[in-house]
Amino acid sequence: MTENASTKKIMRGAVMVVGGGIGAMQACLDLADSGFKVHMVQKDSSIGGTMVMLDKTFPTGDCSMCMISPKMVDVGKHRNIDMHTLAEVVSVSGEPGDFTVKVRLKPRYVDPEKCTGCGTCEEKCPKKVDSEFEQGLSVRKAIFSLFPQALPNTRAIDRQNCIYFQKGRCKVCEKVCKADAINWEDTGEEFELNVGAIILSPGLNRYDPEVRQELGFGRWPNVVTSIQFERILSASGPYQGTVMRPGDKKHPEKIAWIQCVGSRDSNNANPWCSSVCCMYATKQAVVAKEHDSSIDPTIFYMDIRAFGKDFDKYVNRAKDVHKIRYQRAMISAVREEPGTSNLILRYADEFGELKDEIFDMVVLSIGFEPHADAEEFAKIFGIALNDHRFPATPPFNPVETTRPGVYVTGIYQGPKDIPETVMQGSAVAGTTMALLSEARGTEVVVKELPPQREIADEEIRIGVFVCHCGINIASVVDVAAVKEYAGTLPHVVYSGQNLFTCAQDSMNKIKDIIQEHGINRLVVAACSPKTHEPAFMDTMESCGINKYLFEMANIRNQCSWTHSKEPDKATEKSKELVRMAVARVAKLTPLQEKKIPVIQRALVVGGGIAGINAALGLADQGFEVILLEKEESLGGLATRINTTIEGADVKSYVNDQIEKVTSHPNIQVLTQALIVGFSGFKGNFTTEVLVGPGMYERKIDHGVVILATGATEYRPDEFLYGRDDRVMTQIELSEHLQEKGAESLNQVVMIQCVGSRNDENPNCSRVCCQAAIKNALKIKQMNPKTKIIILYRDMRTYGLLEDYYAEARNKGILFFTYELENPPEVNSSEGDLTITFKDRVLGRSLKAKADVLALSAGMVAEDTEELSSILKLARTAEGFFMEAHVKLRPVDMATEGIFVCGTAHSPKLISESISQSLAATARATTFLSQSHLTLSAVTARVDPEKCASCLICVRSCPYEVPKINAEGVSEIDEALCHGCGVCAAECPAKAIDLNWYEDDQIMCKVDALLEGAL
Amino acid sequence: MRLQYPANVKIIRLPCTGKIDLIHILRAFEKGADGVYVVGCLEGGCHYIGGNLRARKRVEQARKILDLTGIGGERVQMYNLSASDGPLFVQYAIEMNEKILELGPNPIKLKKDAAA
Repeated sequence: MTENASTKKIMRGAVMVVGGGIGAMQACLDLADSGFKVHMVQKDSSIGGTMVMLDKTFPTGDCSMCMISPKMVDVGKHRNIDMHTLAEVVSVSGEPGDFTVKVRLKPRYVDPEKCTGCGTCEEKCPKKVDSEFEQGLSVRKAIFSLFPQALPNTRAIDRQNCIYFQKGRCKVCEKVCKADAINWEDTGEEFELNVGAIILSPGLNRYDPEVRQELGFGRWPNVVTSIQFERILSASGPYQGTVMRPGDKKHPEKIAWIQCVGSRDSNNANPWCSSVCCMYATKQAVVAKEHDSSIDPTIFYMDIRAFGKDFDKYVNRAKDVHKIRYQRAMISAVREEPGTSNLILRYADEFGELKDEIFDMVVLSIGFEPHADAEEFAKIFGIALNDHRFPATPPFNPVETTRPGVYVTGIYQGPKDIPETVMQGSAVAGTTMALLSEARGTEVVVKELPPQREIADEEIRIGVFVCHCGINIASVVDVAAVKEYAGTLPHVVYSGQNLFTCAQDSMNKIKDIIQEHGINRLVVAACSPKTHEPAFMDTMESCGINKYLFEMANIRNQCSWTHSKEPDKATEKSKELVRMAVARVAKLTPLQEKKIPVIQRALVVGGGIAGINAALGLADQGFEVILLEKEESLGGLATRINTTIEGADVKSYVNDQIEKVTSHPNIQVLTQALIVGFSGFKGNFTTEVLVGPGMYERKIDHGVVILATGATEYRPDEFLYGRDDRVMTQIELSEHLQEKGAESLNQVVMIQCVGSRNDENPNCSRVCCQAAIKNALKIKQMNPKTKIIILYRDMRTYGLLEDYYAEARNKGILFFTYELENPPEVNSSEGDLTITFKDRVLGRSLKAKADVLALSAGMVAEDTEELSSILKLARTAEGFFMEAHVKLRPVDMATEGIFVCGTAHSPKLISESISQSLAATARATTFLSQSHLTLSAVTARVDPEKCASCLICVRSCPYEVPKINAEGVSEIDEALCHGCGVCAAECPAKAIDLNWYEDDQIMCKVDALLEGAL
Repeated sequence: MRLQYPANVKIIRLPCTGKIDLIHILRAFEKGADGVYVVGCLEGGCHYIGGNLRARKRVEQARKILDLTGIGGERVQMYNLSASDGPLFVQYAIEMNEKILELGPNPIKLKKDAAA
């Protein structure tokens, strides 16, 4: 590049995210929260992806929709995220930092500006079509939203199925649409967007099980796919959560799950492992049994791949507590039993005996595969794919592609589960931020607000708006009567009604009325505050009124919808809800959201591969970083690893990264550093450190913490380790091969799960199966004559690692299973090292001599007991740090402003550690990029006059926030308070109140409701 | 889902059931409510870690007091469900409503009526 061109180079502060699933949403939010404009381009009519279709998620059994819908709302209302749905990218040109992307919007036939999402059109549309969302188990209409919580909630017309488009008459939707939003002339639109980077997160397709005809899908009605079964389990699904079989709606008892349908099969499916099916099948079996205790589930599997954090604990519980049966067997055929519609499964059991077993229902655990148009899609963005049509990504940054400035994330990059997808969503945001950091803040919209009106001296003047919600409310509730009634209530100076209160024109009208009538408190009687409260609060702010002087009465969800058959009662109840809302709003007081400054410096604890990458990720964005390492040198466990399984050189990579970190102007490395003190809150922490060798004390002020304390290899005391030199760990074997080669090795035996998946450590260490195969293949490469035997419990070469397992088998490496109760025996006598193990199929013991016995020793968390007590961090029983939420907050710790990455979180591969460290940088940047943090005003506060210092609040707070201060009374730091109100309810002196939920603000509703009851 | 439930059930929103106070429950009875029930997250699934467990204790406390005062502890109840479980919400609403109908009006109301 010439000097001239480089000075002209443009950096844009906007990013395009293609896709709308949970990974894409996370990337959008992290970018938009740290100063970038985001354009989300989603091909479906709603965002949400696969996760919205799931019923519950393990291990907590949390409802999937409950977890994802608040995130969807965050995306929808973010002023720096533009959602383009029913949209696809046509072409891309330009350079990293400055791309021009042409986007095509497909016609929706509904004007999103006018549509209020009331859903009347959908209700009245006469045309029924199989619902894609419900997997064909129920119907939708030709004008529809993908699912009830769809975002945007603007309906779309499915032209192929619309009676008007196909036959030229109908237009029922147009007739019933009070907002006049139907647009038959819609032809779609094409436009160009300029962005600095592009993130691809289009997800994957699901395997079509009809290809495997022997399994009977599409032929036998009671054979369903796993995603159909999710819908069957869902309370909002086609059967309202009752487990029924589609064929005859009978309740099944014996249900079989068949694993690896479409995965690990290079004949008529895909060779890779889909990574998620073992766990979702386990979850489905557990949840099905919870729904109906008579259900008797069996899971037919090849290997149970419970390789994630605490996954084995969940599987063990499924086996021991829920009595789920796991049967290792491949199913060769599924036939229907004539007359009963039951299904006969044929399989060879673990002893090789052929069996036929009858089940009431069969669930096929279908895997993931790239979309059919993967090649064309890749061509549009100019990125290369690997042999399996997944994007080709470098081993040391799994979110980069062959085209600079174009990144990938989520399952599109390779099969993965929800937490890994969320983590990688943050990781790709982190990588993008590093590229575009100089353009941060250049394209974002900043909210300008008028000064707040001082209302302390004003009388209470309440405005009430009652919403028709099209006909959603008005067809049941007598809106005019409710409006009239509201006008008679105390302090109400105005009451009005709107067709759609949330429509932009109504909002403008509300603003005018607020000014005109001098209103200082607002009640909206409409729908759910969960979805609409923020919009009305924004309207109040834009009129200069404190947004907390607001209350909603949900007369739609709580009256018209749920008492639609009793309109009089619905109207009566609406009046009561309005009366309660008016009573409460009169008691509310203005609340100010406190702003606290952020110290724009990060503290990274741990100088291994995760810590180094986290430090570089932040420093490259211009933030100051202090990197602490307890040892004398950096690099951690990775310094002992030669190559990755793909053959990438880890040693030189680690050395390069160490060089970068030590020479970076924004990074200060402190080795032999020990944390001895910690205080503060998000944005404002102070850490005391003793720095060796002199152990001098330093105090560091910083805004965030990234924990990257790492893990070590387990030191075995079993299988003669330490007593015979020929017994070594996998890391030692790779060092041995590096130094001495494999010439002298005639036979090598490997034992898996040493120090993992047992009573002391119930978890899988995730990396050992691939480590064994990596070393085995290395030996075969060095000396093809060496015989290798691997003794395993389940081979867990998840995702694309399955390729290497297949290669190992093809190269003649022998695999035998063993069971926890019956481990191999190792003897060293007369110079021979002999391993005795039992072969399941032959039913007898086998003996093998070995020149080397390699133990696949698990991963053990570094000792962080003291650190966790100083920083007050939760850890698992095995000493790994516990994230704030296992699914959706895999990088955040429960204490805001503290993040975790790498093997400090759980055992993982180098590429995965790097991914999580990039994710930690993105999450940390959402804090560091802001000069101030705005705190919620809904926090608890103590009246020191009333406090008796009884410590009940100190003990009851789930977040350990209340402290007894120098005056001897309890004090609650509003920066730390989560606003749950537990302390306020527990306080015997009633010295604590929760803002916005003060006792009289709750009890006035009780009083108003029961007015006249006595 | 728009499932139907009895219209005499009215909801008061709290940030977490952990915020429910004994006085809130007792106040409702004092003012003439025939029954009160508290609906929280599933046990183990509280958004604020354990608020619903504390709520359960307070509901139990309220029951004792209501038993002592003769209003009847069975008029107050704690339920747990997940936010997506509409059918269960309806089931609990119907269950509670039927129980309260069986128990009849709040005795305070009857006393007042008798006094009048």
